[in-house]
Amino acid sequence: MTIDPTRTPDAEAILAADGVTIAYGERSIVADATLHVAGGERLALVGPNGAGKSTLLRALTGLLEPRAGTVRLCGDSISTLGPRAVARSIAVVPELAQLPFAMLVDEVVALGRLPHEPPLSGLRASDHAAVDAAIERVGIAHLRGRDTRELSMGERQLVFLAVAVAQAAPILVLDEPTAHLDIRHQVEVMELLVDLNERDGTTIVAVLHDLALAAHFFPRVVVMADGRIVGDGPAAVTLEPARIRSVFGVDPALVRLPVSAG
Amino acid sequence: MAAGVATGTLRSATLASRIRGRPGLVAGGITALLGVLLVAGVGLGSVAIAPGDTIAVVAHRLFGLDTTAAVSPATETIIWELRLPRVLTAMVIGAGLAVSGATVQGLLRNPLADPFVLGTASGAALGAAIAILLPVTLAIVAFGLLQALAFTGALLAALVVFRLGGSGGPGGLTRLLLTGYAVASVLTACLTLAMYVSGSDLRQIFSFLLGGLAGASWSRLLAAAPLILGACVAMVWRARSLDGMLLGDQAARHLGIDIRRERGILLALASLATAAGVAISGLIGFVGLVVPHVVRQLVGPSARRVLPISALAGAALLAAADLVARLAGDIPVGVVMALVGAPFFLVVLRHTRTGYEL
Repeated sequence: MTIDPTRTPDAEAILAADGVTIAYGERSIVADATLHVAGGERLALVGPNGAGKSTLLRALTGLLEPRAGTVRLCGDSISTLGPRAVARSIAVVPELAQLPFAMLVDEVVALGRLPHEPPLSGLRASDHAAVDAAIERVGIAHLRGRDTRELSMGERQLVFLAVAVAQAAPILVLDEPTAHLDIRHQVEVMELLVDLNERDGTTIVAVLHDLALAAHFFPRVVVMADGRIVGDGPAAVTLEPARIRSVFGVDPALVRLPVSAG
Repeated sequence: MAAGVATGTLRSATLASRIRGRPGLVAGGITALLGVLLVAGVGLGSVAIAPGDTIAVVAHRLFGLDTTAAVSPATETIIWELRLPRVLTAMVIGAGLAVSGATVQGLLRNPLADPFVLGTASGAALGAAIAILLPVTLAIVAFGLLQALAFTGALLAALVVFRLGGSGGPGGLTRLLLTGYAVASVLTACLTLAMYVSGSDLRQIFSFLLGGLAGASWSRLLAAAPLILGACVAMVWRARSLDGMLLGDQAARHLGIDIRRERGILLALASLATAAGVAISGLIGFVGLVVPHVVRQLVGPSARRVLPISALAGAALLAAADLVARLAGDIPVGVVMALVGAPFFLVVLRHTRTGYEL
């Protein structure tokens, strides 16, 4: 395990997993994972399929109770916080789900305001403003008024990203946000994440498959393999050719990474 | 082709957003319709009653105003003892079924769901059949044994389905639906057996299955209305959770919804409203399935709009259907609902661009 010596993991951790182990029956998915995320950080989580990235994200966002270890959000154990309190701190881009009913794009994005709204009144002026801003920033203004179910996979992915942006939480968690996007939209989403991080101070934790995107846009890259964290630090260190070969089992020459990452 | 599709989309989008921006308008319109239906429901029938007389009697009974001088006692009895409780019962039950339907569709994320998917219908029917077949004196039956057993049967069926089918977990919703189907099948088999051995009581069981409001009375209405309306208010109050579930269980959690708890509470409330309704009226289908869909076309999918407006629309639909059924010689209201409502629903489905891919 490579740890960047300049980082002090315990200081100011907004989201911290300590010794987290998650298992279904006998099969352990995540083993003894420790990951501290400081406020304002931009972190990419990479690793081969089945490495446990998404499962670790679920534990980090309070969806899964780990079998061992703790997850703390701003110092509080996440299992003691109510779902609504968590939702105000962590926005997670929803999975691409089938919508049961016809819904306009605006109506889908507005769901991101649920953690903030009072129970009955619906959207207030500030919520409408947040929805408009999210739609603008994700660049889907041209999709307003369309039925979300008629959109392409990539367009829907952007709409679902806008839901989490509208949620306006200090931490934004994404699980493969670019899976269905063309190259231009992939870059645009990455630039949006950088902008949210640098301009708004949003902490970003993203699972990515594209190592080049991770290396180019994220100062900190965490590598997982077989349920363990095997690398944590700048991409130049954690994505060095030897590790790419050992973790992903491919010739590093196939993965052309930017020379200076971060 | 592209141009045609584009203009079609544009037109329906602007139309949709124009109405969707005005849920108050829709609610006001349906409320006005409810007022008209109330007066018409009381006024029309084998004895025609002028709207003025209806208002006079209601004012007299409710506020003690001396307005009934010109109204004959027979007319007053027809208005106050027969028609008014019947119209109001139809409205309350219609509201309960529509709100329950909207809730269950949202919970199960299934546009084909209705309030009966949790076995409430077959549970109520079996309870009613048992009440009809029990060798007890007519006096007890008249007192409400049938209603009590139908109510209990519906709630027990829902409870069994919920306990066996569970709630959370991946694929949990499908499991719940299939459990409902299986439990309903067992109950229906028992019901069929009861009908087979019922002999001369068959007609009475059959009329419960077809549904109707001939059994409405003030005492039954006053027993059921608090349950139904209370459950409806509680469902509307929790409509936020339904909105969160639109994107799926996991997304709902991330939006701050405690889905296990909310699903349990909302299913219990929907079952309660449905059970209290069908205990009085027998099985009335269609309201709970169709009303939420039509309302969604008008005001969009947000449960916080769909639920309250479904209550109004369900009340109007059942009151109108009962009026037609009564004028047509007291035929079962379920028959009217299917004959008139289903074609109307087909028209709605055909004329909306944002149709349902069922």
